[in-house]
Amino acid sequence: MGRFLVRRLAQSAVVLLGVTLVVFLLLQLVPGDPVRVALGTRFEQDTYDALRERAGLDRPLPVQYLSYVGNALTGDLGVSFRSGDPVTGIVLERLPATLTLAFFAVLFALLVSFPLGILSAVKNGSVLDHVARVFSQFGVSVPDFWMGILAIILFTGVLGWLPPSGYTPLGEDPVDWFKHLVLPSVTVGLVTAAILTRFIRSSVLEAMSEDYVRTAEGKGLSPRRVVTRHVLRNALIPVVTVAAVQLASLLGGVIVIEVLFAWPGLGQLTFDAVRARDYPVLQGAVLLVAALFLLTNLLVDLLYAKLDPRISVR
Amino acid sequence: MSEPVLALEGLTVTFGSARGTARVVDGVDWAVHPGQTLAVVGESGSGKSMTVLSATGLAPRGAKVTGTVRLLGEELTAMSDADRRRARGRHIGFVYQDPMTSLNPVMTVGRQVSEACEEHLGMSKQEGRKRAVELLGLVGIPSPEERVDNYPHQFSGGMRQRVVIAMALANEPEVLIADEATTALDVTTQAQILELVAGLQERLGTAVVWITHDLGVVAGIADRVVVMYGGRIIEQGKVDDLFADPAHPYTQALLAARPQPGVRADRLLTIAGTPPLPTELPPGCAFWPRCPVRGDARCEHEEPPLVEVAPGHEVRSFYRADPAVTEERSA
Ligand SMILES: Nc1ncnc2c1ncn2[C@@H]1O[C@H](COP(=O)(O)OP(=O)(O)OP(=O)(O)O)[C@@H](O)[C@H]1O
Ligand SMILES: [Mg+2]
Repeated sequence: MGRFLVRRLAQSAVVLLGVTLVVFLLLQLVPGDPVRVALGTRFEQDTYDALRERAGLDRPLPVQYLSYVGNALTGDLGVSFRSGDPVTGIVLERLPATLTLAFFAVLFALLVSFPLGILSAVKNGSVLDHVARVFSQFGVSVPDFWMGILAIILFTGVLGWLPPSGYTPLGEDPVDWFKHLVLPSVTVGLVTAAILTRFIRSSVLEAMSEDYVRTAEGKGLSPRRVVTRHVLRNALIPVVTVAAVQLASLLGGVIVIEVLFAWPGLGQLTFDAVRARDYPVLQGAVLLVAALFLLTNLLVDLLYAKLDPRISVR
Repeated sequence: MSEPVLALEGLTVTFGSARGTARVVDGVDWAVHPGQTLAVVGESGSGKSMTVLSATGLAPRGAKVTGTVRLLGEELTAMSDADRRRARGRHIGFVYQDPMTSLNPVMTVGRQVSEACEEHLGMSKQEGRKRAVELLGLVGIPSPEERVDNYPHQFSGGMRQRVVIAMALANEPEVLIADEATTALDVTTQAQILELVAGLQERLGTAVVWITHDLGVVAGIADRVVVMYGGRIIEQGKVDDLFADPAHPYTQALLAARPQPGVRADRLLTIAGTPPLPTELPPGCAFWPRCPVRGDARCEHEEPPLVEVAPGHEVRSFYRADPAVTEERSA
């Protein structure tokens, strides 16, 4: 177990290093001078040179990269071109909003997909099953931003129940916080919910036709026990893997939806940083999202090994 | 003779489909008595599994089951689903063909064995565990105290089948139904399992229904034999009578096709053709299209009745076939 963790953490570190390199190289390919963009149209040559030097842009590329990585290891991600503030502070400040959104999106997706997927398989062919199948078909085929726009039109424009966008900190006004949270998290979670529902349904159906389920029925266990003890435990093992992949694409969805709903998280930050050519901030945000992603994967792998005794974690 | 433990009367299983009704099991009658072994033999698809599954309430979705099934004198077919389920769990043990797939891969074998005791005998978890250790020992698994917490993938095929047998015996059932229980095992393991079941049967007085297509096994263990073809019983009788004096051309061909010591494999008889599909059963005798004898003009159009040719020995045929003729014509 300990060795497994160490190995996986080392792997994650290598991947993160790769991410920094790729982002760094990509930014070199983008035409235009970020310092010029940051300074606007009218500026003194001295100011320009000073800023370039402070950002280290006057040094050779390999040196720039290595010093970036070296600093990153100490928690220093450089300073924003635009505001001059440390990037680490800027990205960490945005983290809670994104985590909140992602957490509630996942919560929504799980709360919908598990009961719906399981019941739809157990009651195969019932009305509920048909509803579940229409839901997952719909959720899979409609893009999330489009769903978000429709949701805003319906719940804000027509019904007037929820605010169209924005964010209220939890400490300030919990009710308002929640109202702002509903639309973006449901929008982000819906696609995941749809995909998971469909996958859980087929996985449960498949498990129900396994020989060991007939064995359990032969023992005269109640149908409920057969499902909870024998079908679900087996059916959910592959679901964990798919859920992990979905989680990754959900992080992607969060970025788009944050912009749509003016949600002050990492997505919004990334979007703004791209527009302002604020490369250090962009790099920092991407790095943090990548780290989140790797962390989730690690947790999922541990969970997987816990669920399936055939996999030994060493 | 004592009351039968499990008795089937006119058990019929049909499936409705777009291409018509499939009669998968048709009017099957048989019974097993305490401590006795009934062998059910027949080619693949003849309805052996479907018979016992439907009789015990395990028929697949869409199956229409009619007829009467009595378990310890109680009419299983008249019970509510829940009562039938409880009766099945309490009084019947099942051993299935493939021990690689019939055990739940993510549950310890101990839990799988004790589960039924907890469900039907009201045992606590600790009592169930003790019982599981005891049963694993009974079926010959070494150091059961340690093995009880292992998962199925930590056992070999033969050991897994022992676990399945332990599971089947958990509630000291009155009847054990083994459906091709040794087919997936190698010959040595097969012999060990057969010996194990025979020993347990003697000690516990369990009735056994042994489903197989291996007539070689039948000779060694069975008291009575039921031969199925196309969902129907075509011959049944005491094992000695049936082996010594088979009356149906199909049984005769099966016996002649059985590998025997001293007979070279390439000299063995094979029955030409394939068994009928349950949706396309012929109007007369189901075996007629493949029958080497065709001893009566009615066979093609009229279903032969089951007639007694000797006390307790019944054949579904209009005539009594001569084994020599059958063998000669099929060769
Ligand atoms: N769900 C189902 N729907 C329709 N027909 C079925 C279904 N399940 C089984 N059958 C048919 O029932 C017939 C009898 O099957 P069964 O499994 O009882 O045969 P068997 O004698 O046990 O054969 P084997 O030796 O291969 O186990 C087969 O022809 C099969 O095609
Ligand atoms: Mg079978």
